[in-house]
Amino acid sequence: MEVRKINFNFALRFLKIIHINNLIMNQYETVFIVTPVLSEEQMKEAVKKFQEYLKAKGAEIVHEEHWGMRKLAYPIQKKSTGFYHLVEYKADGQLIADLELAFKRDERIIRFLTVKLDKHAVAYNEKKRRKAKEAKDETAQA
Amino acid sequence: MAQGSSEIKYLTPIAVDTKKKKYCRFKKNRIKYIDYKDADFLLRFVNEQGKILPRRITGTSTKYQRKVAQAIKRARHLSLMPYVADLLK
Repeated sequence: MEVRKINFNFALRFLKIIHINNLIMNQYETVFIVTPVLSEEQMKEAVKKFQEYLKAKGAEIVHEEHWGMRKLAYPIQKKSTGFYHLVEYKADGQLIADLELAFKRDERIIRFLTVKLDKHAVAYNEKKRRKAKEAKDETAQA
Repeated sequence: MAQGSSEIKYLTPIAVDTKKKKYCRFKKNRIKYIDYKDADFLLRFVNEQGKILPRRITGTSTKYQRKVAQAIKRARHLSLMPYVADLLK
């Protein structure tokens, strides 16, 4: 009886270890809008904060895009423009809730959206990046 | 008099058989993913007021209509597209 109990505990611990090692890394994409009242530097600082947050939490950043100042389709918090920033990363799903909480708490962020990317989305994004890169190379050559 | 009105009725060509068959552009072009960031493209699936057009008008299949709707809603959230508009096109 005693032996069996020990074995069971051992198995349980073993399973936990497997679970911790197999963090499921999904690909996500987050777009957020930074308030336009900030200066260029302050805005960059806000973006950097979230980049570092992701890195610190063990996410692997795949791609980043800064769209710059854009006009909003409708006013948000009485602002008609905003700095758009996009981050594509691989992370465990547990991280997303924390990230969104951090976005909510940050006054500089006026809107954000996180989307989990399925395989078609990942393929689409990669193709889009490849095309953009090719176009860039061509203009560099010409 | 009744004859005259029936003649007028048939002056315009009957367009029953010349109707173009609608098709799902996503199935035809094998598009698997609809990008919510591409607001210009999504503009084709809304009317002037910014409302999502029904399948019976655009011809999109059920599967992709769901994805179009989802993409439009995401674009609206990010203020890439308006929730309500006037004279969008």
